[in-house]
Amino acid sequence: MHDTKSSIPVLECKDLCISYYTRGGEVPAVVDFNLTVMPGEAVGLVGESGCGKSTVALAIMRHMGRNGAITGGSIKFMGRDITSLSEEELRSIRGSQIAMVYQEPMASLNPSMRAGDQLNEVLMIHQDMNEQKARQRSMALLAKVRLPDPERIMLAYPHQLSGGQQQRVLIAMALLSNPKLLLLDEPTTALDVTVEAGIIELIKEISREFGTSMIYISHNLGLILETCHKVTVMYSGHAVETGSVKQVFDMMRHPYTRGLFDSIPLPGTDRISRPLVPIRGQLPLPADRPAGCSFSPRCDYFQKGRCDKPIPMLPIGGDPGHEARCVRHEEIDWSFRKGAGQSQEPMSIGGPVLEVEHMRKYYELKDHSIAAWYRGLGRRFVKANEKLDFVAREGETVAIVGESGCGKTTFAKVLMGLESASEGHVKIQGRDIANLPVQKRDPKLIGSLQLIFQNPFETLNPSHTVGSQVARVIKKFGVATKPDEIQRRMFEMFDLVKLPREFAYRKPRQLSGGQKQRIGIARAFGGKATVIVADEPVSALDVSVQAAITGLLTDIQRKKHTTMIFISHDLSVVRYLADRVVVMYLGHIMEQGTVDQVFAPPYHPYTEALLSAVPIADTSVKKKHIVLKGELPSPINPPPGCPFQTRCHRKIGEICETQMPPERDMGNGHHILCHLPEEVLRSMEPVIAFGRGGDEAKSPMRSQPATPVPVPGKG
Amino acid sequence: MTDQALPLPARRSSVEKLIKTVGLMRESRIGMFGLALVLFWLILALVAPILPLIPPLKQFSSHLLAWPLTEGPDGAYFWLGTDDLGRDLLSRLIWGARRVFIWAGLATLSAYTTGMFMGVAAGYLGGRWDDVLSFIGNLVMSFPLIVLYLIIIGRFGATPLNIIVAVTLATGPQVMRIVRGIVLDLKTRDYIAAAQVRGEQPLYIMLVELLPNARGPLIVDACLRMGYVTITIALLGYLGLGLPPPEPDWGSMINAAQKFGSFGANAMLWPAIAVSTMVLGLNMLADGLREISLRD
Repeated sequence: MHDTKSSIPVLECKDLCISYYTRGGEVPAVVDFNLTVMPGEAVGLVGESGCGKSTVALAIMRHMGRNGAITGGSIKFMGRDITSLSEEELRSIRGSQIAMVYQEPMASLNPSMRAGDQLNEVLMIHQDMNEQKARQRSMALLAKVRLPDPERIMLAYPHQLSGGQQQRVLIAMALLSNPKLLLLDEPTTALDVTVEAGIIELIKEISREFGTSMIYISHNLGLILETCHKVTVMYSGHAVETGSVKQVFDMMRHPYTRGLFDSIPLPGTDRISRPLVPIRGQLPLPADRPAGCSFSPRCDYFQKGRCDKPIPMLPIGGDPGHEARCVRHEEIDWSFRKGAGQSQEPMSIGGPVLEVEHMRKYYELKDHSIAAWYRGLGRRFVKANEKLDFVAREGETVAIVGESGCGKTTFAKVLMGLESASEGHVKIQGRDIANLPVQKRDPKLIGSLQLIFQNPFETLNPSHTVGSQVARVIKKFGVATKPDEIQRRMFEMFDLVKLPREFAYRKPRQLSGGQKQRIGIARAFGGKATVIVADEPVSALDVSVQAAITGLLTDIQRKKHTTMIFISHDLSVVRYLADRVVVMYLGHIMEQGTVDQVFAPPYHPYTEALLSAVPIADTSVKKKHIVLKGELPSPINPPPGCPFQTRCHRKIGEICETQMPPERDMGNGHHILCHLPEEVLRSMEPVIAFGRGGDEAKSPMRSQPATPVPVPGKG
Repeated sequence: MTDQALPLPARRSSVEKLIKTVGLMRESRIGMFGLALVLFWLILALVAPILPLIPPLKQFSSHLLAWPLTEGPDGAYFWLGTDDLGRDLLSRLIWGARRVFIWAGLATLSAYTTGMFMGVAAGYLGGRWDDVLSFIGNLVMSFPLIVLYLIIIGRFGATPLNIIVAVTLATGPQVMRIVRGIVLDLKTRDYIAAAQVRGEQPLYIMLVELLPNARGPLIVDACLRMGYVTITIALLGYLGLGLPPPEPDWGSMINAAQKFGSFGANAMLWPAIAVSTMVLGLNMLADGLREISLRD
């Protein structure tokens, strides 16, 4: 796969220390960091926000801004120390020998230049090519990154490309001058899962075909598993564990790595029988890192006198290449799994609370131009929701799954009264609210139907204390009227979301992301909510915090018998958290049923593709490989017949292009919208299966039977 | 407990916050210089009544257009000389600063209040509101300012109230544009959506949710704006449309002295310096505020 015998490493960081200088003084961002990348090797850097992984990447590019500096150690690129290079020499390396792909593709492309010109520029500057030759090479690379119609892409401006296409253009740009080293900083975080799967496929191909060494930075362990050979886990500026992917994933020897794996919803975890275990406490600020092991305040294995001294990376005996920054790695019983057997009482599910019947939402687009009038396009509709039908019961969690543009947000808006439905009914406890705007709803109704937002950094008003924001909800929804009563209830909400009451006097910027989301939850439940719409409530949070927030949501839901509509694109979280799943595509419900029904065959082809696209951080999981082609069609002009036919890998022929598929009832409320004959659907193989690896005993993740997960339902 | 308290400073009173902000100001040399200039005039204006000054309206007919450091009839010194009516320049300058602060401050405040309400309404409500308010703003801004002042003050007379009205009319639309821009950005934030989802009235959203978050850039802009208004009032005074005599006013002091050509040079110089330093100070203060707000 890769040639590790080759003499010199492409990149070698030795005892690297990086600091930022702020008002408060010097802040060490990365301390004592070692990394070796051999030719053709892909190394993953994984860790939560603030752990210093991006700082390492920027230091390798020597691009840290005015207030950052390398304070110790060396970075050798092809045997040459780049910490001592001049700006001039650096410029000749950046973009030609070392290339970087960033997270936000739209922000990385110049919006006022054609993609082709931006590509050619790289070659014309770094390799003195003339425009003609540069153009040829750019086109060839665009074809290499699997972009259809390179000719058209070359002439397109960035805004005319989709996110996935933009990221492919950027990867092509990075590869143009045959870099020795490619830095990928969360290259797929901003993309949809099925698009992400395509990019990951491409990255793997590049590593095979071009032999480019890569550093892949991500917070997603599943993606690291799919793309990398080696991995370094970072925590609070330190590398805490490093080794081959297999070593680290199957035989983790640092409590933090273990904590990370315990807090991600791998297949087999379940909020009732096997709840996730969050890492307690939170990341220390760089200024008050503890002496010695930086993880010690949050570690269950902390020992005074040993863990509070500086700890070097220690080799793991009998496992060459595997190192961990833990003095007790030989003493800890790694097969012990915290939280195992901590099963919870199942939810009691009551009668229907929310009923959606044939709901349709079209937005009207008016085009007053003469051309539009001439072609009869003066009035067009964005078909955001087409015939939604589903029911949510008391105490139940219904997940709405789909990629961006599938209409899930539009549905949430109708539910909240910010938009009104074009057709059909949305009933809350029997009362139709489909056409009742929020201004006309009474406070009690508004209070009973609340929203938890995706981004905790934006949902709280930065100018007001968080306590007053929770109190406002309590007052507004008429839960309490007297000031002292309001304050008492406000403190109760703080208790409910497990935040200390003193926090009420803080401004949002004084809270961490997880704490802000807790306030968001307190606010949503403040009005005695019976239905909560949670719009990706954990996707903006760090992995270890996600587990705490999902746990909290489950707890509150159990206590208050709340119905939760959980909107998400992350199937792992959905599998973990939901009772029933509604899969949406282009405004249509493609499949719905219980979690067990939807996550096991028979599948809708789209569900199948979604499931296969989700990266899973478990070396024993074998996935079927389905990569969707093409782009999401526009809801203004949806394809005729089945909405999914343009990208479907199981298309059976003309019928898909002409007729709307029938809604097949697969039994027990499991519905699939597909033309495939029932036998074909029933004979599908599961997408995810646990392989029978050799080192069964070593992997803590494999205490599950080797059956398809989850167990297929009765249908 | 899964999340613990972030270590943070205890809650500070607003006085402490102010001291802290001034402390931050030290990071910007320009800002410090500007602050010093503004404070210099502000303190002089505040303590004017207790300074041992010759009364600003007292005329010494024996010492018309005197040069600096001339000794007066009753042993007092005209440190900066006298004007065409024999009044002490230093005293008039300091009392004039008082007037500048009061009227420029009030006019800025008035322009800001108007502009802020118009801007937040145009930005948040959008649609027809935006069309109408922006049209009014553009209409006013398309007028040459001097003509606008001449019309208003020429028609209604040079009273402090009319000056405030004129300045508000001229400056308000500019403030509106800035506020509208900020609000257009802020209104896409989720906390606004959260307020809408809980059924808050538009007025509540505008005043409680939006405006407090626009304060940062607005404070910087208010400093600049106050500088422009100071110039405007001086200009009106110079054109003879300013605050009514005989109270001292920097603009009208220049106007009065310029009629005497080179004889009035001294009487013209000091108020001109005063206006420049004051406006320079405000501009530099605004620059400094912007500089420190951009730093982390």
